[in-house]
Amino acid sequence: MARVASARNLTMRTRVRLARRRFGVFYQERIEPIFSYGRRNPSLIVGLGMLGALLFFTVIGMLVYGRTEPHIAGRAQDSRLDAYVSGGAPVQDKRLPPSWCTWCEDIVELEADEKPSLFQYPMGTDTQSRDLFATNLRGIPLTLGTGLIAGLLSVGIGTITAFVAAYYRGVPDVLIRLLTDVGISIPGLLILIIIRIQLGTELVWWQLGAGLAAVGWVFSSRTVRSQVLVLREQPYVEIARQSGMSGLAIIFREMMPNLIPYITASFVASVAGSILASIGLEALGLGDFSSPSLGMTVYWVIQFGAITLGMWWWWLFPLVFIVIIFVSLFLISAGLDEWSNPRLRRQA
Amino acid sequence: MSDFMRLEHVTRTFGGGALSTKPPIVAVDDVSLSINEDEPKITTIAGESGSGKTTLARLLMGTITPSFGSMYYRGKDFTKLSRKDSWNFKQEVQSIYQDPFGSYNPFYKVDHVLETPINRFKLATSRQAKNTMIEDALAMVGLQPGDTLGRFPHQLSGGQRQRVMVARALLIKPRLILADEPVSMVDASLRATILDSIRRLNREIGISVVYITHDLTTALQISDNILVMYRGSVVESGAVERVILEPKHPYTQLLIESIPQPDPDNKWGDEPPTARFEDFDTMFGCKFADRCPHVMDICAEEHPPQFHLEQHRQAQCYLYRDEAKVMDDPDLATIFQDRRAELNV
Amino acid sequence: MVTTEQDTRLDVASNDDEYALRVEELQVYYGTPRGLVKAVDGVSFNLRQGERFALVGESGSGKSTLAMAIMRLTREPGHIAGGHIYLGDRDLVEMEEKEIRSIRLSEMALVPQGAMNSLNPVMRVGEQIIDGIMDHVPSGEGAPNRTALNTRIHDLLVRVGLDPTVARLHPHELSGGMKQRVAMAIAISLNPHIIVADEPTSALDVVVQRQIMQTLGRLQEGLDAAVLLVGHDMGLVAQFADTIGVMYAGKLVEVGSVPDVFKDPKHPYTKLLIQSLPSFDISRQFVGIPGMQPALLNLPPGCAFNPRCPSVHERCFREVPEYLNLDVGRGVACHLFDEEATN
Repeated sequence: MARVASARNLTMRTRVRLARRRFGVFYQERIEPIFSYGRRNPSLIVGLGMLGALLFFTVIGMLVYGRTEPHIAGRAQDSRLDAYVSGGAPVQDKRLPPSWCTWCEDIVELEADEKPSLFQYPMGTDTQSRDLFATNLRGIPLTLGTGLIAGLLSVGIGTITAFVAAYYRGVPDVLIRLLTDVGISIPGLLILIIIRIQLGTELVWWQLGAGLAAVGWVFSSRTVRSQVLVLREQPYVEIARQSGMSGLAIIFREMMPNLIPYITASFVASVAGSILASIGLEALGLGDFSSPSLGMTVYWVIQFGAITLGMWWWWLFPLVFIVIIFVSLFLISAGLDEWSNPRLRRQA
Repeated sequence: MSDFMRLEHVTRTFGGGALSTKPPIVAVDDVSLSINEDEPKITTIAGESGSGKTTLARLLMGTITPSFGSMYYRGKDFTKLSRKDSWNFKQEVQSIYQDPFGSYNPFYKVDHVLETPINRFKLATSRQAKNTMIEDALAMVGLQPGDTLGRFPHQLSGGQRQRVMVARALLIKPRLILADEPVSMVDASLRATILDSIRRLNREIGISVVYITHDLTTALQISDNILVMYRGSVVESGAVERVILEPKHPYTQLLIESIPQPDPDNKWGDEPPTARFEDFDTMFGCKFADRCPHVMDICAEEHPPQFHLEQHRQAQCYLYRDEAKVMDDPDLATIFQDRRAELNV
Repeated sequence: MVTTEQDTRLDVASNDDEYALRVEELQVYYGTPRGLVKAVDGVSFNLRQGERFALVGESGSGKSTLAMAIMRLTREPGHIAGGHIYLGDRDLVEMEEKEIRSIRLSEMALVPQGAMNSLNPVMRVGEQIIDGIMDHVPSGEGAPNRTALNTRIHDLLVRVGLDPTVARLHPHELSGGMKQRVAMAIAISLNPHIIVADEPTSALDVVVQRQIMQTLGRLQEGLDAAVLLVGHDMGLVAQFADTIGVMYAGKLVEVGSVPDVFKDPKHPYTKLLIQSLPSFDISRQFVGIPGMQPALLNLPPGCAFNPRCPSVHERCFREVPEYLNLDVGRGVACHLFDEEATN
């Protein structure tokens, strides 16, 4: 009681000082270890850095490119980004290489006044005169977004089912295990192709993500379930039960904090898997035809034979972005693996 | 008699379901045992790994239920407890585990294990009272609150961690504590203090203690009675000094003789035979018959009953069928000694 | 000076051949980010043919490191920094890895700590025994045929007290004691004359432990091999060994025959070690050894035992005690015996 009363009488300055000290303790105990850990786990840092750089590039590019440019194709309201969707760059029916590529030969002869300025089309245009820089800028977040939606849903469904199965056991466990075993053994892509064909409609990016999660959660569920099974045998879980904690309290207060590394690792793996699957589906022509996602660009590349046409800029840039996404996700998941593997962790 | 817990002819098997090709493993085979509240004792359950000692403890703890036989908590059928009774049971049975590190959630500070039971069981009315309770409990196990509270478990020594677990049990004041090899992972020099604080829980607060161990020397030091288990059966039980210093069952004799004595003049006898039947559960008769030096025809035919050898001892062995009667009440606790009288506690 | 000391140390044996193994001033160091850890720091002892020598000490005393160094199995970041290990007249420290490989198993064999982890989980027991043998026999012309090998496996399994049918099983089908027996069968498969057993019975029950140790003793007598037993259980040492070497903080502090050391321990650490043994004597209070073994990175000056020693005196803080020979096969490294030894 005395402590509470005195706390009310504190001056602002003391309060600030106290808060600062509290933050200092918090920083030392919880934040600083993260940094010192980062030094020992370079792959996590490099992976996060690569992904961050890609996002930074996209955001900056969109800010620069997103300004309204009235001269484009006579559609005054559109930004250069939107010009893609609505039908192309000002130079109609011209397949331009990246405009900074002075040594590239133009595939189509251009009039003198049609010559683009040095950075007008940094990644060239495609056969339908779409600005490929704008296409890729739009495509990266769309593809990442599909993966993110799929990853979040997969891990969410996976974690809940894993807890229901592993903590409560019994009939739900049997059912969920049956479902995951079947789900893992049947190729999810096949199911998605069938569903997509049956539906007949095009799936927009988040619908595609949700669809991928519907077949992808089984992997998360499997991973988390095995960890819950390990954790529930830990003496401290039994001690918590004997301390009067309820089942839900044990799950959220005792087990969840220790599962975060596994859930995060499973999330990253799920994002990577979903992106791969989404690109695969789109490349097969099962994506949203009005969407400029990276996978759809791959589809158009195949469709128009960009490689035989010698239009390297059409396939090279999306490919580079896809590679960056996968390498960074791989590095992150390798780093998280090291984090969540207690044996490796204790050594560090 | 007010029995806190009572097991009647309890058998617990694992595996061997309808789809399994292997026979079930009998971890505990027909054991009757009660824990009496009015005469709190320290009872050791001793045996090798796989003898069923931990399964018996988990039955007493209520984490598993018997496959056959019945289990009662304060006279009520354990499988049909009301919500209130279940809640009380949870508070009244506490355990201390072998691995003092695994008992702590690495995510939280040491305080977590002490504060949670107080909060959940509403043991203290104010924050002040809570702090006093924790400090008193730590003092009783010989720890300074300043050295322990506010730290993460890995910052304490193994001995400190285990003593905090004893302090936790002290806070909750349960009726029964199950200590599963509490000192086997602690440095030898710290064992004495931990065992001593467990003994104080029994002698000063009146908590019944079940001490599970394979180390018979510490069993002799702290307990009143002992159950020696072999392949799920209690082959011999009774007053601890009688059983350990003058074992009657051939298995107990082998066990005690095999403890490597640090005395070069007192060497082991001949190499004892190994078990011949790995799938002993399908076997009739005495489970030790295949290794027993005194085996008789009857041993292979029928499982030996509990022969009441002397006031505070029984053994499941036909060697004593002529001199001893079979126990009237199968409850092993009926022949336990109550040492409190002689110890003036 | 060095030569005279060695002359006295070689006591009964007039020439080196009578020793199966001679370890001289062996040093095993570990490079760690925080400095050099001297896990074994100048240890010398001899192992006679047919002798059972036990090395005891707390965890971290360097006993396992020493055993691994003798097998030349020291792993990075550890390395043998100095000294000699003579097997007959050959120095193992100087040997090439290829030579060592041919000596391991055929001349000296290891019964590892925790056999459960040393067996290959996907190979049948019989094949694992063959694997060891085939590494050491010439391939092609002189290679033993299948029947001969099967007879050999049968014979080995019977000798270690296992049913010959075990050869067809996988390690996971065996109990802990049986796995340890298989490890022993592999160790004796080429009739070595030195067996290094590193805590062979840790994590086994007392009865199984006794059976394993008695089997090991029987095998050792059959082969007339020397056994180097590494352990921490003084009871086991008293039951099994002829000679005991007590290690503390990387140094051998006392050596002697088992009856001598148990009846009349010289070093204060050995005394405490024996006093602290649990017993069935109810009247006796349980005594531990006060304090903890110092960190090897940060040893106190002088004798490493000085913070815990009940008979500590001023000299112990200044000088590291030298290993002194008190009698034939008996020695101690303690300042209490400086005068006794010089007389």
